[in-house]
Amino acid sequence: MAAISVVVLALLALSILVGPLLWRVAINDIDFTARLSPPSWEHPFGTDDLGQDLLARMLYGGRISLAVGFAAMAVAMFVGTLIGAVAGISRGSIDAALMWVTDLFLSLPQLPLLLLVIYLFRDILKGLVGPEGGVFILIVLVIGGFRWMPVARLVRAQFLSLREKEFVEAARALGASNLRLVVRHILPNALGPVIVAGTIDVAAAIIAESTLSFLGLGFPPDIPTWGRLLFDAKDYLDIAPHWALFAGGAIFLTVISINFIGDGLRDALDPRKVM
Amino acid sequence: MGNYLLRRLILALPSLLGISLILFVLLALAPGDPFGELATNPNIPPEVREALRMKFGIDDPILVRYLRWLVAMLHGDWGFSFASRIDVDRLILQRIPTTLYVVGTAQLLALAVALPVGTYAAMRPYSIFDQLANTFAFIGFSLPTFFTGLLLILIFSVNLGWLPFVYRVDIAATGWHWYWENIKQAIMPITVLGLFQAASYTRYVRSAVLDVIRLDYVTTARSKGLDESKVIVKHVVRNALIPVVTLVALQMPTVFGGAIITEQIFRIPGIGSLLISAILANDTPVIMAVTFVFACLVVLFNLLADIIYGWLDPRISYR
Repeated sequence: MAAISVVVLALLALSILVGPLLWRVAINDIDFTARLSPPSWEHPFGTDDLGQDLLARMLYGGRISLAVGFAAMAVAMFVGTLIGAVAGISRGSIDAALMWVTDLFLSLPQLPLLLLVIYLFRDILKGLVGPEGGVFILIVLVIGGFRWMPVARLVRAQFLSLREKEFVEAARALGASNLRLVVRHILPNALGPVIVAGTIDVAAAIIAESTLSFLGLGFPPDIPTWGRLLFDAKDYLDIAPHWALFAGGAIFLTVISINFIGDGLRDALDPRKVM
Repeated sequence: MGNYLLRRLILALPSLLGISLILFVLLALAPGDPFGELATNPNIPPEVREALRMKFGIDDPILVRYLRWLVAMLHGDWGFSFASRIDVDRLILQRIPTTLYVVGTAQLLALAVALPVGTYAAMRPYSIFDQLANTFAFIGFSLPTFFTGLLLILIFSVNLGWLPFVYRVDIAATGWHWYWENIKQAIMPITVLGLFQAASYTRYVRSAVLDVIRLDYVTTARSKGLDESKVIVKHVVRNALIPVVTLVALQMPTVFGGAIITEQIFRIPGIGSLLISAILANDTPVIMAVTFVFACLVVLFNLLADIIYGWLDPRISYR
């Protein structure tokens, strides 16, 4: 399953990257004579309520959805690894405090807080970096900022077992500093399960972004991310079901292949052996 | 047991305080003035505006404001909704039973599906049933709730016309008919939410049962001559449930997130749809209060998980 998923995901990524170069229809080309038309040769995925070509919009939206997914994963991995590493290498009160914060974040209701943060800070960032960039940075930071906890716990658990191993002791005996111990010796050995967790985070971040857009609180309406397409499509379910089906199908296909890849990686690396 | 409960309750307090602090700091850091609307209103003279700012202490240090806000929340003074023109606590009290009803029923459905399926799959690992269950679980939690909701509406409301897709509180019917209409309109939201959770729970249950089922004490129970159903239910599942309860408790934030989405799709008048409409209407007191209520619900369900631990494994409550 994992191998098939890699192929599917690669095809998706390729079509998103190369697709707009081959399918040269503007995403905001309005054509009222072709409103809500079902898939045809002229519009392979049909059109929306303004007669805009859905294939072009899906390809464009896919870039954003995947970019958000990977960027948010990077943020979550970075924060999680940092906190987990600091907690894992230092004993006593720093460790306890960091783990308390981690547990606190784990019990936060994520979606309401995501909505709250975006509601509060959207305008400020829009002013700073423009509407598209501002919302992108905000969504990536916020989704990443609410997903680092499992990574931090994993990294800490790895550190706790690895720091007692002989090779670490040997390096310490040779006079390696704490920083060098962490960066050169412990961290590379702790990364396996972190990569698995990161894979699944990409899927979760894509879902989170689509959710926000679906609730009408993500990207502005002129940027057709997959969630936004679904949000717009939901009022036309009875006359243009293809609209919702293509957008939702794309999210589903991406997420399920990422999940299968994560599962395959987990089987291959088997983090349980180390934990 | 009472002692244990009290200890867990006391431990829950700091996390509630932490959450309220995070909420408050977010609000304080955010740009925009809660009195911004007053500032642009030409009918309010500047002296009145200044007096209002003094009265609500907007220019005080942040810690003072936090303490004052906390005391007000504890007194049940949750503020006034700008959009609905009633007190926030009354608004939330009106909405919360619907949310709890939908979320609670969905959780029961999820467990009712996940426990038997996960256990049976673990009893016959890598059989056809196990592989089917695993595939369906993957499909289940890769399908976002907003998409399954739309799919169900498309199939059962638009194409078949069997179920209503707008949730109504004021059903004009009496007696059995009223109950029937209520069940009909709740089927889709509960299925969407329940099956999404059931998918991930199934995987938890399967791996937890798989961990336990090979242990020696299970073999002992079997060789004593107990029948298989007793071995599984009383010996295996009870122990396997301990890690499952942890994972279910960790899922609670996701569950309430899913509730927001389902409420929004099916127009259920719960606190989730209240949150969305408050955000769209810039109704800050309601947004703050609903977010805090969600946080409280998560902490409450974590407490519930602790109680279930104590029941599943009495050793835990004596520690």
